Amino acid sequence: MNEHIDRDRRKIKAVKKMKEIMTFYYIDAKTAADNNKKVAWITSGGPVEPLIAMDIIPVYPENHGAMIGASKMGVELCEKAEAMGYAGDLCSYARSDISCATVNGGPIGGLPKPDMLICGNNICGTVLKWYEIQARYFQVPLFIFDTPFCHTRFHPEMRRYVRTQVDEYIEFLETVTGKKLDRDRMNEVGRLSVAGQRLWQAVLDTATHKPAPLSAFDAFFHLALIVTLRGTRQAVDYYEELLAEMNQRVQDGIGAVPEERHRLLWDNLPIWYRTKWLSDKFAAHGACLVADTYTSAWCGSLRYMDENDFLESMAEGYTRIYLNIGVDEMARMVGEMVDKYDAQGLVMHSNRSCKPYSLGQYDIQRRVEAAKGIPSLMIEADMCDERNFSESQIETRIEAFLELLGERRDMPRPM
Amino acid sequence: MREILQTMTEIAAAPLRYARRLQSETGKRSVGYVCSYTPEEIIVAAGANPLRLFGVTGELTRVDAHLQSYCCSLVRCILESGLKGDTDCLAGVVFPHTCDSMQRLSDLWRLNVTTGFHLDAVLPVKLTTESAREYYFDVLRRFREDMERESGVEITPGDLWKAYELMGQVRSLLFRIYALRCAEPNLLSGDDLLTIVKASMIMDRRQAAAMLGEIAAALSRETQEVTAFPGTGKDRKRLLMVGGVCNHPRLHGLIEAAGGVVVWDDLCTGARYFQDTADKTQGDTRETAAREGEPLRVIAESYLQRAVCPAKHAGLTSRAERIVSLVRDKGARGVIFLHLKFCDPHAFDYPYLKTALDREKIPHLMLEIEDPLPAEGQLRTRLEAFMEMI
Repeated sequence: MNEHIDRDRRKIKAVKKMKEIMTFYYIDAKTAADNNKKVAWITSGGPVEPLIAMDIIPVYPENHGAMIGASKMGVELCEKAEAMGYAGDLCSYARSDISCATVNGGPIGGLPKPDMLICGNNICGTVLKWYEIQARYFQVPLFIFDTPFCHTRFHPEMRRYVRTQVDEYIEFLETVTGKKLDRDRMNEVGRLSVAGQRLWQAVLDTATHKPAPLSAFDAFFHLALIVTLRGTRQAVDYYEELLAEMNQRVQDGIGAVPEERHRLLWDNLPIWYRTKWLSDKFAAHGACLVADTYTSAWCGSLRYMDENDFLESMAEGYTRIYLNIGVDEMARMVGEMVDKYDAQGLVMHSNRSCKPYSLGQYDIQRRVEAAKGIPSLMIEADMCDERNFSESQIETRIEAFLELLGERRDMPRPM
Repeated sequence: MREILQTMTEIAAAPLRYARRLQSETGKRSVGYVCSYTPEEIIVAAGANPLRLFGVTGELTRVDAHLQSYCCSLVRCILESGLKGDTDCLAGVVFPHTCDSMQRLSDLWRLNVTTGFHLDAVLPVKLTTESAREYYFDVLRRFREDMERESGVEITPGDLWKAYELMGQVRSLLFRIYALRCAEPNLLSGDDLLTIVKASMIMDRRQAAAMLGEIAAALSRETQEVTAFPGTGKDRKRLLMVGGVCNHPRLHGLIEAAGGVVVWDDLCTGARYFQDTADKTQGDTRETAAREGEPLRVIAESYLQRAVCPAKHAGLTSRAERIVSLVRDKGARGVIFLHLKFCDPHAFDYPYLKTALDREKIPHLMLEIEDPLPAEGQLRTRLEAFMEMI
């Protein structure tokens, strides 16, 4: 087939709509003050639903970090943060966002000023420090949603503590906005949130088909709505459309990469400033990253969520997320994904910016290799700070890994 | 006193050798811990000896298979000691929730280090609300049950009160020694003071309390003699040290040689271990709670009230306020930040603390170091330049 036509055919149509939605979302957020709306900055794993129910616009500094990374503006902003006294080893999202706030820089000229900050520490301890810094800078109230780490179990006292905080959180929002939470509206938002997460899972699940209609690189992009607009009708509608498109692709046998020869699993955050480069590199060898631990984290705790009693189930759902559990449990989940998506290899991004995600990866790698008998590749980099990306070294390693996969594929299967 | 210091130096240099000796001589087992938020009172009440782990000091050979180089050297050195089997003499190890790296250290220890029991104490991160208070208490209650199960000892309220008193004694004595030396820095070198703190986190606490009592008494006597000759020690520049763990037996020597002296600190291996807990818990709370019969509440309260670690939240400006007031109260002329490379919580706090100090016109110096220390020459130059500046 003509290469050009083929590329066109493989383009995901929903991309355009997603871009529109995100553009409107940011315009809405940036003009919030003019429309008498309040803005809350919230962490990516934070409990957004009560904000939606109270008409507060959630804004995600981490999503902003990803945009900064993707527009290759990370280095400049990180350097600026370093000049402010922040160590170069700190999270590059945090560094970028902290310095960006002082100059209104970055790809969208800075985020709208927050009226409040909501920090859920289920993803890391970094966000606590980051949000403290922003609370001092913007002089706005900060709510910390403290989700105890579940090394091996989710204890009853943890549930009690987090459940109480759900009430404290609502009280906090009511105080800041001077409005009461409408419980019916809250229930509706809860249902929409669960529906959105289910649809997102269904979208990701279409990659179990061969060839996979979407890759992790596509998921990195389409993830934006389940993060930023979770709990809205808009997110549900969008993912319904995306799911339909993916199902159609499955029917038409359209794969994310031209000739899918290898199916791989990605671990950790994307390397935002090199997604295209990496995507092309893998695709050129017929390797498709069919799933990843990152984008699936936004539907990973669905089993704890009750759409009919959202506020009650929220405590558990927001505590038992992928990064807030022990390394062995993470390895077990990666193993399950290997089976589910029939992956033949594991690509791990050892991300200097993210300690809870990266420390422990070597053990996950060994466990998954041993349990599933698949090879793996470790890439040393950083999600936003390009100075920690050594292109030639990574290229060599990827090529060696894909060669190895090729050899394994051609080998007769052991009896 | 020289003899006591010699003993403490040996203990601080080889904590696990001490643990083996304690066990063979008295039958008492040691329980390792990695953070000063560990509820030591509960370990003591179970008849065990809480022993702070600092990790190996030599070459790292095993840890690279488990932890990246961008993990702090404290966590890497502790895991290395476990992987090597150095910690086999311990009955178990306790991991209180602190930072992201310690959190993963707990997992990696549980999965790769086989000796003894492994316990988590998943403490709250925010310490400012009623529900966090309640949860703190719940965590201690669970930890007591865990310790009972692992040690096979029933822990009664009486045991807890006794342990609380003993730990209070250790902490108060450390506070007293700090205060005496703050008034007259020539009484004791900074390296010796660090040794005393470290040894107190390692030794049988009853033995530690006895030794600390003798040191405090000796310093008290010397204070009277020294003050008879005013002027000694006034020539050196008084400093406050701020950071995480100090594990460098010669660092203070370098500071003192450069003309400075650390008279107080905000360190995990220093005043954060005893200040506030030492002052406050003896008073009214104690009596009220005694009537209510719940020692764990009092113990929880003492940790909630103590000087906060930046991995926890006790308000937006509490650390800056504390550090500025420490500088004033202790008559310090400058601050040395002692940061472990890759320690995120401290690194995030640095710019705002720096601004607070600048506002107050308090000079400061940042030392970001790894274990082992960098070349002494380089450190000496920076320290000398700083002393000249202040």
